Amino acid sequence: MNPRTRRRLERGIDRALFWLVLAGLLVFFLFPLAWMVLSSLKTNVQGMAYPPLWLFWPTVQNYVDVFAKNPFVSYLLNSTLIAVLAVGVGLLFGLPAAYTMARYQQRTLGFLFLMVRILPGIAFLVPLFVIYRQLGLINTIAGIALSHIIVVLPLVIWIMAGFFEDIPRELEEAAEIDGCTRVETFVRIVLPLSKPGIVASAILSFIASWNNFIFVLILGGKDTITLPMAVYSFVSFEDVNWGGLTAAATVITVPILILSLIVQRYLAGGLTMGAVKG
Amino acid sequence: MTLARRRAHRGFLAGAVDRHLAILFPLPALLLVGALALYPLIYTILLSTRSYDLGLRGYSFVGLDHYVTALTSDRFWDAFARTFWFTLLSVAGSIALGLVMALILNREFRGARWARTAFLMPMVATPVATSLVWMMMFNPTLGVLNYLLSLVGLPPSVWVADPRLVIPSLVLVDIWHFAPFAMLILLAGLRSLPPEPFESAVMDGASRWQMFWRITLPLLRPMLVVVLIFRTIDSLKVFDIIWVITAGGPGFSSETLYVFAYNQAFKYLDLGYGSAVIVVFTAIVAGASVVWIRARERAWA
Repeated sequence: MNPRTRRRLERGIDRALFWLVLAGLLVFFLFPLAWMVLSSLKTNVQGMAYPPLWLFWPTVQNYVDVFAKNPFVSYLLNSTLIAVLAVGVGLLFGLPAAYTMARYQQRTLGFLFLMVRILPGIAFLVPLFVIYRQLGLINTIAGIALSHIIVVLPLVIWIMAGFFEDIPRELEEAAEIDGCTRVETFVRIVLPLSKPGIVASAILSFIASWNNFIFVLILGGKDTITLPMAVYSFVSFEDVNWGGLTAAATVITVPILILSLIVQRYLAGGLTMGAVKG
Repeated sequence: MTLARRRAHRGFLAGAVDRHLAILFPLPALLLVGALALYPLIYTILLSTRSYDLGLRGYSFVGLDHYVTALTSDRFWDAFARTFWFTLLSVAGSIALGLVMALILNREFRGARWARTAFLMPMVATPVATSLVWMMMFNPTLGVLNYLLSLVGLPPSVWVADPRLVIPSLVLVDIWHFAPFAMLILLAGLRSLPPEPFESAVMDGASRWQMFWRITLPLLRPMLVVVLIFRTIDSLKVFDIIWVITAGGPGFSSETLYVFAYNQAFKYLDLGYGSAVIVVFTAIVAGASVVWIRARERAWA
């Protein structure tokens, strides 16, 4: 074989291998999600067919049933309310902390919040369970939202500390020379400049709260059924209704996927608590 | 208004707030973390020395008895071993797969951005929801995975119903969820590598394979360590996936430390003993994270 045909052959193999691996990876990562949506559009009979059906006349009956036979709207509201409350408090308390952490390099503080992210949720849950029972916070939206702050606060603080570090100090110094107090500087200069970061950390922590399961599993009750709890209980008290199950799973997942598209750019930094930028 | 006069207009309070900003700003967050995390953590440690089950059997001091019971019980050590294997397999699998994904996406091709978006979806999808989908796919008689196996001529598997296969099957779900996380960080790492070493290697006639092992991988080390830290911590703490798909079964064959702790504290409501197990488990997670964080500091230095 002469070197030129050999080079061309190698390049061909290289390219074929590249597309093959890419296709394989896409199938592996997208298949479960695609199968979820596909199964949600099948009737119960079609869902139980073996071999599984790939082509069929889709039905939205499962979605209608999910909302008609269950108070799914109230589950949706519970999840949203809990996440909004937790994120709101998380931002209110987290933003100032993130600011001084970035400006004064408060490493111990950073380590403390990092440990809250690192330790398993169950490390805090026995006492919370005991205290919540005494205070009547079990099975209340406020109680669940309060517990989700443990999840939200470290996320907000670490993401925002990264953002605040990138704001040029000269801007703040200029504001102070103009007579702003440092609190005013923070509110009028730093916060408006960090809007993209605030949006990113709000969305990422919203997702974290929305997806959370163990806090509501232990501290929740029938008045605080969030979407993950609702879908989880689908398996226990109905015999496997795969159509309904996957329709409910789709309803939970789709809003999150859409939200995550908005913050794609910040995912790496957000999920590594600022260990990676970009 | 002149600067001096504006300064004078600031009240005494504003001046005091400014001077103590470093304490006052983080204080609300610190109080919250103190109340919701630090205090419960200490409370858990105290509870672990007591016998306590919400009032049924009283509240007596038992010292380190619970720890002795846990550390001498087979069920604890079985859970420990399972957690170890689960973490090892999941961390290795997700980093290897994530690295392949990152190398693929680091090339320029049409649709690269779409592929990246597609890869990121499992990572943010609600674990409870996707676990139920996996449970459905694992179904031994009607599940699509056995059908796919039959297409390529492989015998059907019972997946999570087999005590020997349940951990690898759950690892598969965990890898599906979190290999994209590894990809995301390693891709950021690949894009930040300096081009010079690669250019001179090409001049020297190095093959792709050589360049990967001799240049890419060593340069990527700091990022690999970051991924290793986060994947280890997160795999040690996997609960949702296991609880939804098997709840620790069949038997106890997928009961990891997290599930074991949950069962003791919240299924059997043995809060004292449960707390002791939680303390041991938390110490393992904290210990692992400190080891990795130290390693990271060395890698970055």
